[in-house]
Amino acid sequence: MTDPGSQAELVRHSLRRRYRKERRFRFYGIAAIAVALFSLVILFTDIISKGYTGFIKTTVTLEVHLDGELMYLNDASDPDQIAMADFQAPIIKALQGYFPDAVSRADKRELSRMTGSYASNQVRDLLKENPGLLGSTRTIEFPAHDTVSVYVKHAGDPGYSIRLSEQQQRWTDELVRKGVIDNGFNDVFFSNGDSREPSNAGILGALVGSLLTMGITLVIAFPVGVAAAVYLEEFAPRNGFTDFIEVNINNLAAVPSVIFGLLGLAVFIGVFGMPRSVPVLGGLVLALMTLPTIIISSRAAIKSVPPSIREAAEGIGASKMQVVLHHVLPLAMPGMLTGSIIGMAQALGETAPLLLVGMVAFIVEIPDGFFSSATVLPVQIFIWAGSAEQGFVELASAGIMVLLAFLITMNAFAIWLRKRLERRW
Amino acid sequence: MQTVDLLPLVLVLAAVAYGLAYRRSRAVAAPLGGIRNLQALPAYYAARAALWCALPALVILGCWAAFEGQVIQGRVMASLPAELAPQTDGQASLRLSQISNLAAGKLNPALVPEGVSGAATLLQELREQSSRFKTLLVILVAVLGGTFAWTRIAPHINARKSVERILQCLFFMCAAVAVLTTIGIVFSVIFETVRFFGKVPVTEFLFGTSWSPQTALRADQVGSEGAFGIIPLFTGTLMISAIALMIAVPVGLLSAVYLSEYASRRVRAVVKPMLEMLAGVPTVVYGFFAALTVAPFIRDLALMLGLEASSQSALAAGLVMGIMIIPFVSSLSDDVINAVPHTLRDGSLALGATQSETMKSVIFPAALPGIMGGILLAASRAIGETMIVVMAAGLAANLTANPLDSVTTVTVQIVTLLTGDQEFDSAKTLAAFALGMMLFMVTLLLNVIALKIVRKYREQYD
Repeated sequence: MTDPGSQAELVRHSLRRRYRKERRFRFYGIAAIAVALFSLVILFTDIISKGYTGFIKTTVTLEVHLDGELMYLNDASDPDQIAMADFQAPIIKALQGYFPDAVSRADKRELSRMTGSYASNQVRDLLKENPGLLGSTRTIEFPAHDTVSVYVKHAGDPGYSIRLSEQQQRWTDELVRKGVIDNGFNDVFFSNGDSREPSNAGILGALVGSLLTMGITLVIAFPVGVAAAVYLEEFAPRNGFTDFIEVNINNLAAVPSVIFGLLGLAVFIGVFGMPRSVPVLGGLVLALMTLPTIIISSRAAIKSVPPSIREAAEGIGASKMQVVLHHVLPLAMPGMLTGSIIGMAQALGETAPLLLVGMVAFIVEIPDGFFSSATVLPVQIFIWAGSAEQGFVELASAGIMVLLAFLITMNAFAIWLRKRLERRW
Repeated sequence: MQTVDLLPLVLVLAAVAYGLAYRRSRAVAAPLGGIRNLQALPAYYAARAALWCALPALVILGCWAAFEGQVIQGRVMASLPAELAPQTDGQASLRLSQISNLAAGKLNPALVPEGVSGAATLLQELREQSSRFKTLLVILVAVLGGTFAWTRIAPHINARKSVERILQCLFFMCAAVAVLTTIGIVFSVIFETVRFFGKVPVTEFLFGTSWSPQTALRADQVGSEGAFGIIPLFTGTLMISAIALMIAVPVGLLSAVYLSEYASRRVRAVVKPMLEMLAGVPTVVYGFFAALTVAPFIRDLALMLGLEASSQSALAAGLVMGIMIIPFVSSLSDDVINAVPHTLRDGSLALGATQSETMKSVIFPAALPGIMGGILLAASRAIGETMIVVMAAGLAANLTANPLDSVTTVTVQIVTLLTGDQEFDSAKTLAAFALGMMLFMVTLLLNVIALKIVRKYREQYD
């Protein structure tokens, strides 16, 4: 016989051990959630801290004397002269007004890199439109050069000044003090297409491209997806082929998106001869990609309509099709819409298949139709993220913020729709 | 007229057919004593007329739009005089763009040989002809279809049945789109893959240990011959996916356990959507994060520890990919854990086991098949993930086991081979399709197994 006292001791001892284990296990769970949430927070803070400067533009405001002699131009209405003239010269001259010692060739070159490389085009366009301005003095707001802009936005951070010479840094500091270089809201970002120059690049082109592409995706994927779900839930006979379709849909939902790009390339471009990089093509590819998601969620929505509704409708003599069209579909519609919005949000963020069908081209113009070359938001972010200039990195993060804003709005709308319209039976 | 302009026209015709048929059916019914003497409501006669008007016209329009370009192209190329006829595919596409630029007026006719400008005129003519015929044919078919339906408006004909039949057929075709997509994918990769294996032997592709798809442009050029061994790509893909799973599986699984067993309802309501947010972030954002934040951080960290690290290390891509698939693992495991019957749990707790003991020795073994299925799905997701690796992993196909080295993956190579300038027939382009086929087969296999496991497991407790 063992002593009952020592046995109780034993149990108490092991209990303590077991409770310790219990606490440890709990801690692991909390740690895992902390890791996941921490990554989320890091991701967002990283993007916001990199990208808020993308919404700021740095401008250089100069009093430019449009001196014909300096530009080798005596008649601004003559296109030949316009083509040959030197529009950079008056800008350099205006800057020299602040730094009279900068006269050497090297200094002039550095001065010309204070304003963006589109600054001279700005002067040209001004003179082209109003030839009478030749010889007058105008106050013009130029975008600052990429390197200057990055330096000004991150004043005091040595990591961002490496691409600027010491002299340029001194000039920039001086001009900032005098209020010539200033920061403002980056309206260019929301009104331009892509550009080779960060200060001139905007997201509007990609935004319009995304909207056009999503339009095509929605018009194709929603009706087809809903119809397919209705067929599979309500009409399909239980046979091998129906099973095959079901297995197919489940597998298609998990096929890597890049494969749909291969499909688009081989079938839509290769066989049907569709043009590359147009929203119609991108929309088609994304529609095929989102179709399984929409079908699956629509089926769930149809399933949740209680059989009593169907039976009641059939009981008063409705045909199968009438039951579906008049009763089941309207009741299932909120669920279907919610699923479709979530599917569309996925498609909006998708990049890989669009790279393969040529939507990765450098496109300056804002697309004006379903058949004009376009790019989309995520692809534009991808292009900018891969560019060497530091200015493009902040544009890429700013673009990400715009993209995320759209996605959050769409998802919030889907949740709101579900809360508002969903009925519990 | 262009296809895009014809589409609204057809819809307008259908609407007209609807309106006319509606009035006609009421007119037919009137002498009989009202619409209750018709077999179907007037709306059904009208709908049938609209469908008869629009559907055949749309089918013709679709077929025409799909094949118009090819047919015209073939005829234009055939019209070229023998000395201008292209020998290779590359020349053909060059010639073709020359002709179409000429026809569009973007090219000065004086700069090209006479035969080419002849072909351009022919192209222009054929396009005009085709557009005229298309417009005529579509309108004719629409009107004929509408007229036919018009003649079938009679009290003894049940239009509802035929409308419902047509709709059901349409629904079926929509469901079949999923199958067509799969068939399309399979055929598009198989055709190109077969052509690829005509140029590069299968054994070299499957067992070769070096990958450098750059083929020489000219025959006399020095250097790269082009090597198409898939092994380094496979090891690279596996390494990055393995790193991702090593992050995602423990984190995802443990958070699912905590959320389903310990967390209060309030905590669950907050944490779960936040975890799901991780799944909603577009992959290009993760790619940006991996390439511009995580990769430099890991390189600096490794340097501090005295290690050599590439700025495009496999570790960075794998880590970020792991974060991306945490929500997949956690939500799938959550479902599976919740599907374990409560009786098992209650039985174990009643015997005096602590919650963690119940979890570890009762629920977890019961849920294991489902969890394995979830992990397989996550693995297939990791293997097929593209943007993170395109942006954060390298291009050089190193055969290495060092996670600080740069590796490349199957998806990276598909994207690099197919973006930028490409000749459609080169081994380089075709290789991308061969890689695509490998990727498709592997992920399909993983998915099929995973779905089977999950389904079987669900049935066990239903």
